[in-house]
This record gives sequence, C-alpha cells and structure tokens, in this order.
Amino acid sequence: MALLEVRDLRTSFFTDAGEVKAVNGVSFNLDRGKTLGIVGESGSGKSVTVYSIMQILAPTGKIVGGSVKLDGQELVGAGEKVMRDVRGNKISIIFQDPMTSLNPTYTIGHQLIEAITLHTNRNKQEAWDRAVEMLKLVNVNEPEKRMKQYPHEFSGGMRQRVMIAMALACEPDILIADEPTTALDVTIQAQILELMQKLQQEMGMAIIMITHDLGVVAQMCDEIVVMYAGSYCERGTAEEIFYNPRHEYTKGLLRSIPTLDTMGQKLHPITGTPIDLLNLPEGCPFAPRCDNAMKICIREAPHSMDINENHKASCWMNVKAQLAEAEAGVTAAEAAAPADPQEGGEA
Amino acid sequence: MADATTETPLVDVRHLKEYFPVNTGFFKQTPLKAVDDVSFTIRRGETLGLVGESGCGKTTVGRTILHLYEPTAGEVIYDGKPIKTKEDLKAFRTKTTMVFQDPYSSLNPRMTVADIVGEPLDVHHMYSSKEEREEKILALMDRVGLNSEHANRYAHEFSGGQRQRIGIARALAVNPEFIVCDEPVSALDVSIQAQVINMFDELQDEFGLTYLFIAHDLLVVRHVSDRIAVMYLGKLVELASADEIYDHPLHPYTKSLISAVPIPDPRIARANKRIPLQGDIPSPLNAPSGCPFRTRCPYAKEGCAGTMPELDEVSPDHFVACHRVEEINS
Repeated sequence: MALLEVRDLRTSFFTDAGEVKAVNGVSFNLDRGKTLGIVGESGSGKSVTVYSIMQILAPTGKIVGGSVKLDGQELVGAGEKVMRDVRGNKISIIFQDPMTSLNPTYTIGHQLIEAITLHTNRNKQEAWDRAVEMLKLVNVNEPEKRMKQYPHEFSGGMRQRVMIAMALACEPDILIADEPTTALDVTIQAQILELMQKLQQEMGMAIIMITHDLGVVAQMCDEIVVMYAGSYCERGTAEEIFYNPRHEYTKGLLRSIPTLDTMGQKLHPITGTPIDLLNLPEGCPFAPRCDNAMKICIREAPHSMDINENHKASCWMNVKAQLAEAEAGVTAAEAAAPADPQEGGEA
Repeated sequence: MADATTETPLVDVRHLKEYFPVNTGFFKQTPLKAVDDVSFTIRRGETLGLVGESGCGKTTVGRTILHLYEPTAGEVIYDGKPIKTKEDLKAFRTKTTMVFQDPYSSLNPRMTVADIVGEPLDVHHMYSSKEEREEKILALMDRVGLNSEHANRYAHEFSGGQRQRIGIARALAVNPEFIVCDEPVSALDVSIQAQVINMFDELQDEFGLTYLFIAHDLLVVRHVSDRIAVMYLGKLVELASADEIYDHPLHPYTKSLISAVPIPDPRIARANKRIPLQGDIPSPLNAPSGCPFRTRCPYAKEGCAGTMPELDEVSPDHFVACHRVEEINS
C-alpha cells in the first residue's frame, strides 16, 4: 500500500466572481522514501493540491470531492482533531519564501522549540537539545549561538535551512516542499537540494516537491505529476515524462525551455496565455493553446489513459495514436489516412 | 569576429564604480560598493549576458551604464563619445532604454497601455501631430503582438507575459540602439518565457539592437548571449564567449555556478558532478580584502587575501580575474 493515496481530489474556491476550480481531479500515489514532483505554471493548482492534502486552505477554499488516504486513513472529512495530529507530525511543509515564513519577532530557537513541544512530549530542555541537533543536521554553524538569533540575522539560504530543520524536527513521513528554492540563488539552491537528498536518505521520509523548474525536477524526483489548470495532464516516472512525454502540454513545456543544445536556435514557445480558471472550457483545458487540438478536445475533457504501467496521460492524442496503430495492423492503406479521433472519444 | 575587436565598441565601460552610502551608526556612513571597478565593452549588435547571484551588483551595473544612477567613478563611452554634459545625456537617452524585471510594478497602474507606450515619445518630442503619435503607438503595439483594441486598457487587465510585451513596446518607442534587459523573463511562467525570449531575438535581427542581458537563469543567458560576463560581489570575475564560459570556465566561482545549474534532463542531471560552495555571499558592506571570492573558494591560499586580481586575458577573448588561474586549470 502506498504511503499517500490521492484520488480524484477536487478543491474549489468560492469567490464573489464565482467558483474557481483550482484543483479539478488530481490522483497520485506516493511511496515511502520516494520523491514526487508536481510541475506546472502559476495557477495550475500545484500549491492548492498540497494545501488540500494538509487542509490548510484559505477560508474560501473547500475540498469538494475525492479522497486523500495517509497510511490507509482517510483525511478528507476526518475533522480538525485528526488533522492537527497529521500536520507537522506526519506531514510537514516548507514554503517558498523563507523570508516571510518565519516570525520576525521571535528567536529561531523559540520557533523551533515551539514546533517540537507542540508535537512531542519533550520538555523544554529536551526540546532545546533536539532543536540544536536539528540545526546541526541541516549544517547551520554554531547552532547554540544561532538559536538565540532572530530571523533577520540569517541569510535566505540559512532561513530555508531553519525551515527544513523545523519541518523535520518531528520526523514526518512526508515532507512537502513548496518551491523551496525558487527564492534562492543557484549555488545556494544546489546546497539546499543536496541537503534535502541527504536527509531523505538518512531519515527515509517521502518528499513532495512542487516547482516550476524542470531542471530541479529532473535532478530530484522519481515520479512527476504535470498539472495544467487544476487537472493533471500526465504522471509517470521522471524518465517517462522527460523522454516519452504523452501529453501535448508536457511536450510543449519541454520544447520551450532552453537547454544545452538550443544555443542559437529558436525556442518553441507554447502559444497563447494561461487559462482563466473562472471560465474553464468544456473540453481539455489545454485545447485553446494546443497546436494539435482536435474536435473532441474542445468538446470533451480527456480521461486518464494508461500509456504503460509507469505512465498515465490525459490527452486525446494518445487515442489517436492507438487507433492509427490498430489501423496500421489492418491495412497499410487505411493507416495513411488520419484516424477519426471522435471514435476514440466514445470508445 | 576577428575585426569585431578592432572596431569601436558601442558601449565601453571603463573602471565603473557605484557606491551607495549606508548609515551604519550614528553620524557614521559606510560606502556599499555595489559596483567596484568594472570594465568591459559591448560590441554593436551583440548580446552580452551578465550573470551573478542576487546582490552581486548586476542590476546596478545596468542602471549605472544608463546613468539612472550617477556613477561614483569611471565612465561610460557610448559609440566613441563620453557622456559629460546634459546634452550628451539627453542624446544618449534617446538611443538607450531598459526593460525591467517585474512587469507588475514597472507599469503605471493609472495609465492606459497607449499612454505607457507613448510616454517616451512625449518626453523626447518624437511626433508632430496627434495622429502621428497614435500611429506610432499602434505600430509599436503591433510589433510586440498586442492588438489595437488593447490600447485603452490598463496594465492590470493583462497577464504577466503581455505586460512584459507592453514594457518592451515602451522600450522600443525611442528607436533605441542599446537596451538593458534586467531579468526580463524571470517573473514569467516557463511557457511564456520562450515567447518573450524569441521576441528579443527577432527584434535584434530586425532593428540591429545591442543588448545587455542581465539574468540569473544561466540556461536562458546561455541561450540568448554571444558573450557572458560573470559578477561576484561588485566585481567582474570572468568574461568570455557563451560557449567558452560553459565549456571551459576558468574562474572557480564560474565553475561552481555552472555546475550548480539544474539541467532539465534526468540522466544528465543525475550524472552531473556539482562543485559545492561553502557558506553564503559575504555582505558587500564588509567585503573580504583581496579577491572577493576567497572566503568561499576551494582553492584559496594566503596570497589571495592581498590584492584584488586583475581581469587578465588568459586566452584570446577570455578574461579571468583569479590569482591562481593557471595552477587551478593546469
């Protein structure tokens, strides 16, 4: 059994302008000790997905469907008491901006000890020792001295280390990292990513890594979920997603980033602008920007299709490809003619 | 490229310094050396990439070249002419502009798109009639892929990518030769970044523009730049062609920086050997003596604390500022 099972999760925000379907049917599994990457552009629902798992949504947000199972225990509708035990203890989170996620009016030590005493039975002295131990673990020099300092005395990379120390102090099963290195410089980013990998090996926790940086995902993640406009386009192992993308959005994304080989060449951007979540189209949300959109893409949202055992994608192009393959088996002449994608939709 | 070195560079930056006074105590001020003795040239029609970590002074270099900040010392020679009088500066400003990092805060929320794009035309009196102004504005908007129906809308009605297009249209209004692009794509989504990068490319071909392209995303910089300059703590540490910087970095900081770039390809990324750097960047208020990088440098020796290494040409068109460059790379 997977450590975390998310099935068809749906979260909406009820605003004055209408219902915003921020997460619209996301499913994935996470195994112990593995790293899952959630990739997508801003507004794709990647942060809301993990906020829904932890149930730390803004007051207007509500989980409207689906299930989140941690170790077999259902969390959706489980109530605040259960969730308080889950947060920090079993699942903890580090946020994007280390500048604003620490309280500037308390010392680092105070904040670490608060997190530790809240979740364990340690007394103050034991909590202090544990906090120092955690700071040592994340490579903060002179931890005893640092405990008495305030967040403004720390650099960005150091603050992110403190956040990681705080998140890991209660040895959670799952660490959620919401764009943990976006605000940091590349050399500091490399330090933090390396630290996370090292700690994962030592403590054996699973990591959910949210990012828009495909380079970070390639380096860190075993499995990847690609999101667009609240739905997942594709999920699979890192190798499958990078070398065998089967959704037009993933393909476009991979084509549009500069790599070592694109020097002096034109990039291939995805045309158009990101979608308005208040007015989601009826069919595939990516269809308005997709170069290969077919009739069915505009009419009907694609369901999740199995590409192979490690790879699922929600794109009608896969049905088209399957049909073309099947037809190629019947007669070569028919295979030359384009397969009718509408048949695929009903199949 | 051979004759490119002999012709007059478009922008010649000589010993540029920019110090900001910072109050460090009662009646006590310490200069923050944001840019400390930086010299380089930009050739006509090329893109010079400027990279470095936050706080290294790359944005200040861009702004000081355009004289948005008065240089503390040193000079900028544009097209063979130094900028001395007010008239020089005014003429200089009709040939140079800037595209800013944040498309959200660099557009006035109370102005319509037409007025934002038209403001440089107003300032430099670049039209003779209202009709001509409007014509020019619409032509500019059309060039960056905005419709004429967008002209009377306000900035908040646009997405990040479209806002950056408005910023680019505004920069193009004065028919510039030289544009300082200060992190123009870092606030944009990946799928939109490529659109804007391609547009910079097309505009360069069309108008023969010269860019100073400031960014911290090294893959983007490598993609757009002909040559790349690397900054650390207000100083230039390495300058060479984009290929040379990536394939044969000589300065230990550049080596580490390049090895830290996450490559969007799982097999390469996992095989990649990183050269880790210890610690953080020192405060520019309290910069180390001698070589600024020595506190984090894996090769630092006692001699490095003495003097600041000069930016030497170690191979044709490859400049490095490191005392031990030969020992490290032999």
